Formats: sequence, structure tokens, C-alpha cells
Amino acid sequence: MTGANRIAGAGRLTPAKTARFRFDGRGFTALAGDTVASALLANGIHLMGRSFKYHRPRGVVSAGPEEPNALINVSRDTARSQPNVRATVQEVFDGMTVGSQNRYPSLAFDLGGINDTLSPFFAAGFYYKTFMWPKQAWASIYEPRIREAAGLGVSPKEEDPDHYACRYAHCDVLVIGGGAAGLAAAKAAAATGATVILADEQPEVGGALHFDTGAEIDGQNGYAWAQATAASLKAMDNVTLLTRTTAFGYYAQNFVAMAERVTDHIDRPQANAPRERLWQVRAKRVVIATGSIERHMVFADNDRPGILLASAARTYLNHFGVTVGRKVGVYTAHDSAYEAAFDLKRAGVEIAAIVDSRLRPGDGLFEKARSLGIEVFTDHAVIATSGRLRVASMTVVPNGGGSKRKIAVDALITSSGWTPSVHMFSQSRGKVAYDAATGRFLPGHYVQDCVSVGTCNGTDDLQAILEEATAAGAKLAAEAGHAEGAAPVPAGRNAIAWTGGMAGAAYGAGPDDSVKAFVDFQNDVCAKDIRLAVREGMHSIEHIKRFTTNGMATDQGKLSNLHGLAIAAEALGRGIPEVGLTTFRAPYTPVTFGTLIGHARGDIFDPTRKTPMHAVEEANGAAFEDVGQWKRAWYYARPGEDMHAAVNRECRTVRTTAGYFNASTLGKIEVVGPDAAAFLNLIYTNSWDTLKPGRCRYGIMLREDGFVYDDGVVGRIAEDRFHVTTTTGGAPRVMHHMEDYLQTEFPHLNVWLTSTTEQWAVIAVQGPKAREIIAPLVEGADLSNEALPHMSVVEAKVCGVPARLFRVSFTGELGYEINVPADYGAAVWEAVAKAAEPFGACPYGTETMHVLRAEKGYIIVGQDTDGTLTPDDAGVAWAVGKKKPDFVGIRGLKRPDLVREGRKQLVGLLTKDPKEVLEEGAQIVADPNQPKPMIMLGHVTSSYWSENCGRSIAMAVVAGGRAKVGQTLYVPMPDRTIAVEVTDTVFFDKEGGRIHG
Amino acid sequence: MLLIHCPYCGEARAELEFRAAGDAHIDRPANIAAISDEEFAEYFFLRDNPKGLIYERWRHIHGCGRFFNAVRDTVSDKFVMTYKAGQPKPDLSPAPGAAPALPADSRPVETYEATEGRAE
Ligand SMILES: [Zn+2]
Repeated sequence: MTGANRIAGAGRLTPAKTARFRFDGRGFTALAGDTVASALLANGIHLMGRSFKYHRPRGVVSAGPEEPNALINVSRDTARSQPNVRATVQEVFDGMTVGSQNRYPSLAFDLGGINDTLSPFFAAGFYYKTFMWPKQAWASIYEPRIREAAGLGVSPKEEDPDHYACRYAHCDVLVIGGGAAGLAAAKAAAATGATVILADEQPEVGGALHFDTGAEIDGQNGYAWAQATAASLKAMDNVTLLTRTTAFGYYAQNFVAMAERVTDHIDRPQANAPRERLWQVRAKRVVIATGSIERHMVFADNDRPGILLASAARTYLNHFGVTVGRKVGVYTAHDSAYEAAFDLKRAGVEIAAIVDSRLRPGDGLFEKARSLGIEVFTDHAVIATSGRLRVASMTVVPNGGGSKRKIAVDALITSSGWTPSVHMFSQSRGKVAYDAATGRFLPGHYVQDCVSVGTCNGTDDLQAILEEATAAGAKLAAEAGHAEGAAPVPAGRNAIAWTGGMAGAAYGAGPDDSVKAFVDFQNDVCAKDIRLAVREGMHSIEHIKRFTTNGMATDQGKLSNLHGLAIAAEALGRGIPEVGLTTFRAPYTPVTFGTLIGHARGDIFDPTRKTPMHAVEEANGAAFEDVGQWKRAWYYARPGEDMHAAVNRECRTVRTTAGYFNASTLGKIEVVGPDAAAFLNLIYTNSWDTLKPGRCRYGIMLREDGFVYDDGVVGRIAEDRFHVTTTTGGAPRVMHHMEDYLQTEFPHLNVWLTSTTEQWAVIAVQGPKAREIIAPLVEGADLSNEALPHMSVVEAKVCGVPARLFRVSFTGELGYEINVPADYGAAVWEAVAKAAEPFGACPYGTETMHVLRAEKGYIIVGQDTDGTLTPDDAGVAWAVGKKKPDFVGIRGLKRPDLVREGRKQLVGLLTKDPKEVLEEGAQIVADPNQPKPMIMLGHVTSSYWSENCGRSIAMAVVAGGRAKVGQTLYVPMPDRTIAVEVTDTVFFDKEGGRIHG
Repeated sequence: MLLIHCPYCGEARAELEFRAAGDAHIDRPANIAAISDEEFAEYFFLRDNPKGLIYERWRHIHGCGRFFNAVRDTVSDKFVMTYKAGQPKPDLSPAPGAAPALPADSRPVETYEATEGRAE
């Protein structure tokens, strides 16, 4: 049994295939193709949720994506659980679990419903007024309480196990919407050979033809024509037809984002199938065929479960074979509700009465209703309804007042007309224009290469729609370069040409302040709230929207915006176009985070860069740290060692014997050409003309403002060839910086720049035994101090591999850096390890590298400098060429603020207690007893325990620091104050003899 | 995402292949070491923030790597034209009483303000 409200012979679902699901713990059987809403309605269940603010019982209002009320939680298991799913969109699959939201303890009995009784305290703007005092209570009491009581569902706690795909596509013509208009346009465009993508948000194409069984196209039922047309389009190679795909964002230059729901309707999806797919489509031309959305009537107590849109009732009947009630009332200002009433009546459902606010309906409808035995009250209003969890009656009076008549109903369907869906058009930055004759906003001025067709363009007659859409499809295909072939215009016929429509509150919905006539169901905004906003001084529609929250819920006011605007306009005494629409923004309907994120999560959230030696390091027990996107070996703990012990051992070993270090991540740029030296003269503060081939120099690079930008050792390989190294993190921006100057400021220089960071693997061997370790591996180079002194480079072979062998040191010890082609990095690393072993040398990681360089006072750009330090501040003024006529930063260095006294300068700090290791970033003051806020002189930039010094060491930037050497300063911490002595920055081997081996 | 025409590749490519690089047609003074503080501030720090057409440098960093110049509308974000670095600044200012001399394939610029409700 799939529900007592199934009508035999009605609808398009087949009883042959069923699916079981649970709703709030109760089991139900649905037909294949049912939505959660249609399956529940088949079982007579209208109550599907509670409202946001008042917790009023709410039933389903629509049969589509505009649904404001029936938001549910859908889950397959505890991890696959999604809140805020619209029951009108979610298809039932076998085994799904559905829960209602925003109710406690149950949907039928909800404690939060007290808010409804207390609603005078919850008037529009209550957030801004009621909870303003005392101020502290907002964060501690009011907000948590409000969030708990309101809220829209609960997000799952577990990680989402599904995956999400992403696809880019290009096409000649993108058609948004697969109703009669979209299909006709796609058909015409595809006939020319143009590439066409057609996207529709529903499981099948057809749009309004789902419910409009009176429509005929090319001699067949409209829905059947739609399916046949879709089948023929699908068979064409130049057409991609996507169903369950919502175009949700329209961006610059016809860039349209669409979300395809791939598996949400399938009981057992393929394990490798993505749950959803983000399409990013660049279309030469776009057809917007998004249709229109029916509006509800705004009247007292119009939110009871069982009160829903007329077109929704028609969809449930004509597509799903479900009646929304057994005694249905109709309240309308538009002809469309008559067709719904007629369909229901012919299906055997009693129509209690049609209440029409107009003086008369469209031609012939009154008579037709009579002939079907339906009572019609024209120029009447529904001024009240009854029924707690389901509508039980409607109270009808003549417009303007008179004798009341209470009519029993178990469902009430309403229509106040249709709102063209101009969301996509507006997102394209098109300008809508108000059509006073029909009371709607329609596409006006276009900004992008798109065309609106069908009811979203204000075209109502089916034949006119098909003509307009066919012409648009052919025209846009021609504009995209495909003019051949012409598709015939299909012949279409509506059963009834609809008339009517109103926006705003109906008779009886105010101005009485106690009447709850809902405009926005999801955010609980009534007509009286909008009037209150105007009374309280809100005159702009954008202010009224924010004050009342009208249209700000997850449905973005698809039903409410025009009503809200009309009520505001009336209260302001202005015309609707003068008040103006609020802005439409993406997304059209809610999009999951998964869809937007796609594959970019977990390990592939960001690229990971690994050096050629990574696997060997891993096998040797390295712990890794992230340096930008790089994974760098941090330290190599031996069994029983913690990080501290490992780093101490590594530091000791390098200075007593030797260590080897993976320096492959160093940025490397090959600077080649006849003007290479001239170029480096401009890019670095140093002079390069005097550097002989085979020698190296430490270079400082500034920005034009005079601040240190990067540093590194540069080796001159040949007269016209330099091997430039940069900081690990700075490599890409330094390359960009150099290219910028080379291409745009110094284009006369004949120089070529090539990033070689990943071409060279670099092994630094450092320590007293470094030469002895590498000597057996090196061919073709004399390693003596005379032939290869500190700061020199030679091309040689290492382990038989062509190498650039640098004699450089970032430790203050005798040191070499072996550069070999990356593919040989691991092999040469293992050879070095083997050669080092007899000496007791060990590999060391970045932590030890940091300690050793700090012991020598070598700076790290980006750690000891922060973009506001000059070379002089950093203590490397010696690297600035005094006689150079020009270099980047030469003028910036002379700025008054950069040459003034008292700038922060890099100094050393020694704690009075040698065991105390300062915190990096800690602030420094002269007098720890001064009142707060204290005058801060600078901060600690680098701080370590130095095993080799037997004490802690630190570097810091301190205002006027070099003049304070020998003085005592203080580092205030939360629990104590640390006294420090200002020193120079060299803590180990102050004479610097060791580096020369 | 915008499409940007690279004048070196001769193709319109997706915005994510490019990186903006600040205002165009600001030459580094040849005698930079000798200019005054005011001149340096003017050259390095001070920029106009026009509503409308702006001349910018862009780099096709994930493509050919070249820097080029572009005219973009700061209201619509639309690229009016792009041209190679070193080419003279195109004059797109309208003659008195005439519409701006935009390239033939450009379209009128709409402001967000015009598409929104009248704000008060
Ligand atoms: Zn390019």
C-alpha cells in the first residue's frame, strides 16, 4: 500500500516498482519516482516541519525547488546525512531515512511552539531591539539560546565519505531549463549543428508540463512531447542533456555554474560514482528558459499544513497520482487555480468551493466550474482558517466585509499568479523592467550574450512560447557560427489562457496587527511585519528586507519577494517599480559545500611537493614539517629520542664531525645571457661585475621601497651564467619579481631566466669532516682550500653524475652543497650517507639547520625579517653596493623613515637564566614595571636551545638595538617576566675560523 | 571567472591562468636614485582608484609568462582590451558629446547600482 491518497489511474508513476523509507521513525512505501513530499502526501501527511521563528506546524507548500517549509534531513548512514533538503526535490530511494527538523521533542508536539504564543515579543527587528541589553548577555545567553531554538537542521559530525566531481565544459548554446521553451530552443539550436548543453533541475524534462496536462504540442500531450524531444536530443552527438542539474550561478562572460545531483536518488550508488558534479560551463550564447513560480495568497493563517499552491496540487495529482486532500478548498486571484480544481474534481476529489478575490475569472471558467458542480465565490476573501496540525476549515466573506461562512476543508490550494524566474537573468547583471499591465518584473536590458524565452520572459501562450524559443535557438546558434538547417516550430495549444494575478495582502490580511498573514513562510515574515518596518522608518526595500528578514531564508524569497515588495509599496504609498526589487544573488538554490569543493580536500586540498630524497628520508625515520607546499625533513629521531634529544645530537654531530642535509627545496634560478651580470646588478644590492666565474656571493634583494625581499647565495658558473638561489618559500615570487623587471623595466637587457628549483637535488654536507666524507665521491675537482675556498663553485662529477659543487656554509662549518640532477638525488644522498657513516656523521633536518644558523647569526628572510626591515636593520648593510648607480630599492633606502635613528635592528638576546628559552614572537620592553599598555621595543624573531653553546640563544628586532648591546631588557610573559641581555648576533665561533676548514 | 585575451598567445584564456600586477604605464624613473621624496611617493605609493576604465598590468603566469597591459572597467570587471607591454596607452576617452571610443566588440557597461533597487 503506497498511500490512501493515491488516485487510481492518475499520474505517471508505476506501481510496479516501490521503495521503502522511514520518516521520523515510521516506515512508508513509495513508488519509484516519488519525491519525499509526494510519498508523504500519498499517506495523508502534510505536516513536514516547524517554522524557524514561531515553530508553527508547517506543511508542504510547493512541488518544486521553491519549497520554503518542507525541509528535511536525509540520510543513508550516520556520515551520509544532509540537513535542509527540500522534500519536494528529494527523490525517494529504497532504505533512506528522513527526519523532520526544527522540532522538539516531536513534530506534532513542539515546545518551541511557545514562541508562537509569545509572538508579540518576536516582531520584526526583534533581534535588533529585544536583545540589546545588557550587552554581554548577547554572546553568553541570548544568541546561543536563539540559535538552539531556531536553526535549520543539524550537520553531521562525521567526515563526508562521498566524493564530488567537477567538470569544465564549453558549448555554443547553453539552455537553462528543460520545459517547453527550453526544449524548443535546444532543438532549434541543435538542428544547426551547434554544440548544445541543456540543463534541467528535475529528474525528467518537461517543467510546467509535469502538471499542465491540458497542454498539447504537435498533436500529443505536452509531457509526452517533452520526453520524446529529450530522447531525440540525447541521441544527437552535439547535445549534452543534463537532468537533476541546477544552474545556480551566472557569472561574467557567460560562465554558468551548475550542480548535478548524480547519486542522491539511487539506493545503492556505484562506489566510484561522485555524489554530485559541479559543471562550469562557458557558453558562447545562453538561453534562459527558467519558467515561472506560482505565488501563494497572503491571508490570515495561510500557513496551516494542508494549504499549498494550486500548481503543486496539480503536480501531485497529474504527475505523482496523489491528491492533496479529499475536500479541497480553492482561494485564488488567478485562473490557474481553476484548472487545478477541475483536474481534482475530475479525479473524484470534492472541491469545497472556489473563492476568487476578483470580480470574475477568465472567460468561461465560472460556467465550467458550475458545470462540474463546483461552487464559486467571486469578489470574496478567505479571512481565517482553522485546524492545528492540518487545515480544517476556511472562513469566507465578501471583499469589504459581510456575512461569514465557514467551510470545512482538509486542504486549501491557492494562487495569486505567477512570478517569472528572472534569477539567472538578473545574475547575468541584466536589468529587469516592471510590466505594469501584468504586474511582473521581466527581463529588460541585457548585458551578456543571453536571451530569455518562455514564461520567464513573460510569454504565456504555448504557441507563442514555442515560436519565441525556436527563433531564439536558431538565432543564438547562428551567432555562435552555425547557420545551417532550420527546425520547424512545434504547434502548441494551452487548454486555457490564464488571466489574473495580484501581489500583496488580500482583503482581511491587515492592517490589524494581530493577523498572521504569512508572506515568507521560512523566515516567518507576515504582512504586518513589513508594514511595521515601514512605520519604523525603513524606506528602501533593501532595508525592509534586512529588518524583516523577508526573502533572506534558504529559498531566497522565491514565493515572498513580490508580495513583500507590493506590501511595502502600499505602505510607502509608492508604485512597485519605484520601490524596486532586491538583488538576486547566486546560488539560485542551496549548493552543498561538497559540490563547490570537489576534489580539493584532504591530501589534494593543496599540492604537496616532495624532494627526490623524500622516500629515503622517510625510511630513515625523518619527521617532516610543511614549508609552504614542501615536505621537509624536520629531524631524524633515533629509537628512544624525542625531538629535543634528536636535534641536540644532530647539532653536536655537525660541529664535532659532520652532518648532511637535504637542501633541495632551495629556490634556484638560472640567469643566463650576455647581460646577466648587468641584470643582477639591478636586481640585487650587491655588485656582480667583480665576481669571477667559479666564485659565489651572498646577495640581498630589495623591493623598490627599500625593504629586504629575499636573499641567497649566487654562484657565477661562467661569464654569462649565474646559479641564483632563493629562500625556499620565496622562489616563485622572486622569479615573478625578476621576470617583471626584465620584461617591463629592463627589456633592453639580453637575459634569460629559468626556474631550476626542481631540476637540482641539493645535499649539504657540513662539518669538520665534510671534505673527507665527499672526497671519495668527487671526480674532476680539487677540494683543497686553495682550489675551492669558501664561497666558490666548480662543475665536477659526484658519484659519476654531473654536478655543481658549491663550497658554501649555512652552519659556519666547512661545508659543501652538492647539486646533482634531481633524478640522481636519492642515489647520491645514499652514497653520501654511506661515506659519512664511518665518521659518525648523521643526517640532520630543518630544525638543526635553524639552530646552527642562529648560532652564527645568519638571518632567515621571512623569519628574522618581516618586510619592514632594511639591510642595515638586519645587520647586512655590507651587502649593499655603495658605489652602484642603480638597483631596485636604491631610492627607497633613502626615504626619511628608513634612515632615521631608532629603527628596529636585529640583535642577539641572551636570557639571564641560560636554561630559559624565549618564545618566538614575544614582545620586549625596557621597564617591566611601567603601566600598561607598555612601550614595546620589538620582538623575538628566532629562539632556540643551543646544545653547542650550552644555553639558550635568541635573535630579536629591537628599536635602536645595536646601541643597546650590553643592556638588560625584559620579555613580559603571562606568568612571569624574563630578563635578557642584548648582544651581537653571533653566538658560536665569533672569530669565524671554522668555516675556512 | 573572466576570460582574458593574452596578446602574446593570441587567445582568450581563463582568468585563473593570469595574475594581476598593478597599474600600467607607470615608468620607473631612469634617474630613480636622484628623485625627490615626493616624486618617489608619487611613483611608488600613490595610485588612482577610478570608477570606470583602468589601465593595468597582467601576467599570463600559468601560460606564456608574459606581462601585458589591459584596459578594464572597474564597475563591470569587463576587459575592454589588452595589448602588449611597451605599446602606447590607448586613448579611450570620449570626444566631447560622443560615446567612448570602445573597440567594436565591446558592449555597454552596466553598473550594479543600476540593476539594484534604488537605494536611499
Ligand atoms: Zn600568453
